[in-house]
Amino acid sequence: MTEKVSQSSNPAVEVLRAWSANAIEEVIEFRGETTVVVPRKVLLSVAERCRQDEKLQFNLMTDARCVDCFPLEPRFELQYNLVLIPMKNKLRLRVKVSGNDAVVDSLVPVWPGANWLEREIFDLMGIRFNGHPDLRRILLPDDWEGYPLRKDYPVEGYRDIPAIATRYTRSRP
Amino acid sequence: MSTAPVSTTTVETAIGPAKTMVLNMGPQHPSTHGVLRILLELDGETVVKAVPDLGYLHTGIEKSCEDKTYSQAITLTDRMDYLNPLGNNLVYCLAVEKLLGLEVPKRAQYIRVLMVELQRISSHLVWLGTHAIDLGAMSVFLYCFREREEILKIFEFVAGQRMMTSYIRIGGLALEPPTGWVQRVEKFLAMMPSRIDDYENLLTGNRIWLGRTQGVGVISLEDAIALSMTGPTLRAAGLAYDNRKVFPYSSYEEFDFEVPTRTDSDCFGRYMLRVAEMRESLKIVRQALGKITPEGPIRTEAPGIVPPGREKMKTEMEALIYHFKIFTEGFAPPPGEAFVTVESPRGELGCFVASDGSPKPLRVHFRSPSFINLQALPKLIEGQILSDVIACIGTIDIVLGDVDR
Repeated sequence: MTEKVSQSSNPAVEVLRAWSANAIEEVIEFRGETTVVVPRKVLLSVAERCRQDEKLQFNLMTDARCVDCFPLEPRFELQYNLVLIPMKNKLRLRVKVSGNDAVVDSLVPVWPGANWLEREIFDLMGIRFNGHPDLRRILLPDDWEGYPLRKDYPVEGYRDIPAIATRYTRSRP
Repeated sequence: MSTAPVSTTTVETAIGPAKTMVLNMGPQHPSTHGVLRILLELDGETVVKAVPDLGYLHTGIEKSCEDKTYSQAITLTDRMDYLNPLGNNLVYCLAVEKLLGLEVPKRAQYIRVLMVELQRISSHLVWLGTHAIDLGAMSVFLYCFREREEILKIFEFVAGQRMMTSYIRIGGLALEPPTGWVQRVEKFLAMMPSRIDDYENLLTGNRIWLGRTQGVGVISLEDAIALSMTGPTLRAAGLAYDNRKVFPYSSYEEFDFEVPTRTDSDCFGRYMLRVAEMRESLKIVRQALGKITPEGPIRTEAPGIVPPGREKMKTEMEALIYHFKIFTEGFAPPPGEAFVTVESPRGELGCFVASDGSPKPLRVHFRSPSFINLQALPKLIEGQILSDVIACIGTIDIVLGDVDR
């Protein structure tokens, strides 16, 4: 089972806690992975701290993804995986995002590598990123309707809806 | 797959103001290794701006995984990075095993390592062959595919399939390797080092090859880390970041091998690095052969999760019941999530699996190295000339199945 802990074996958690009491909502340890749940409002400042603090310096952002917990609310869980290469330390940031107001601050100013990962999340999950330099769909066509990785989107898609079919016939030369 | 914001602009040239040109490269261009489209804004022959456009091979594998049981999803992972199917199987199985808290027998771990390293060699061979043919060296391609064929024959012999093997399963392996497989791997090991020398004889000192690769597609270490690049591209920039060493999995900590690094960080450096990696992989395969015992379990004992052996099913009723249940309703890991990274031939391959306690995953996500490394392509080619674009696409070693998933 997922465990919420007050003391973490990961030294980065204590550094973050010492920096700001509001930075961490809770800490979860599961199978040796440390997850820090961060309030949405402070995500960008926590990320900047993770990158720039002398004791942290998480220089590599390996992955960003979103989990849809529909019908639970807050519905989306945004996760960022960070690696501190010299110290072999890993940390995961997690932000809960409500379905009615799916907007978060972009982390591209902190890690430029977040660019396509955030575009992918926008494309497939429909979360908007404030301050993203180029927020366009990346895998699906521009005029695609809906966000396929959401749980309320059927696995087989909506391919028989006439509105989409006519649009594709019309756009053909 | 979208209309990218690239348009012509006016630039100052030696003979006065001139308009740039927008060139559409791909998605059917042979050197894009699949269906990658790049919009290039050109000032004469110099690339001013490059915008990659993806999604032509998007198959929604992550969504499909959510509709399958944990063991059914293995066959989908084969089809993502089709030059590294065993590596994809491995990362997915490691993630599910981490979620379940399963331990895999040592013998199965060593066979996994051996197969994945053979796969790395075969992937690098395809890379070397196609990269060389893009840059005009025809014969290297033929030699590389000759040796790759030998590896695929080993896969067919051991797993029953040449490419989409689905050989690595949750809790172990699909089959016991057949009698005589060790001799075939040994034969390959005896042949391969001299063949790698042959490639090097053809390319390393070749003046045309040096002219096309040296100083082309340079990226600094800071940029590479900031853009989340991993794999040979990052190591050629000077950082020895290899998941097999930094975060060992599947008993890699017991193997003795080097992580080659370079500092030149150009196409030539990445070529030399990948050739060195092939030699290191051969070392690992040789050590793995020494560690694999002729007899021993290939699957862990986990009733209800790992299918029981054929003999057991015929003699024990419980085994038969478990077998039936595993293949009809699947198994339900405890709620939680796991993220595992392995070193694929292209870089850090990650798999995230989240469970809500039901027999189907809540979410499966793949951190595909090709997708994230491709992000750096504009950085590599902007300011270079058009013919270097081909060298730069080849040097990142993308697989479009892995980019689009």
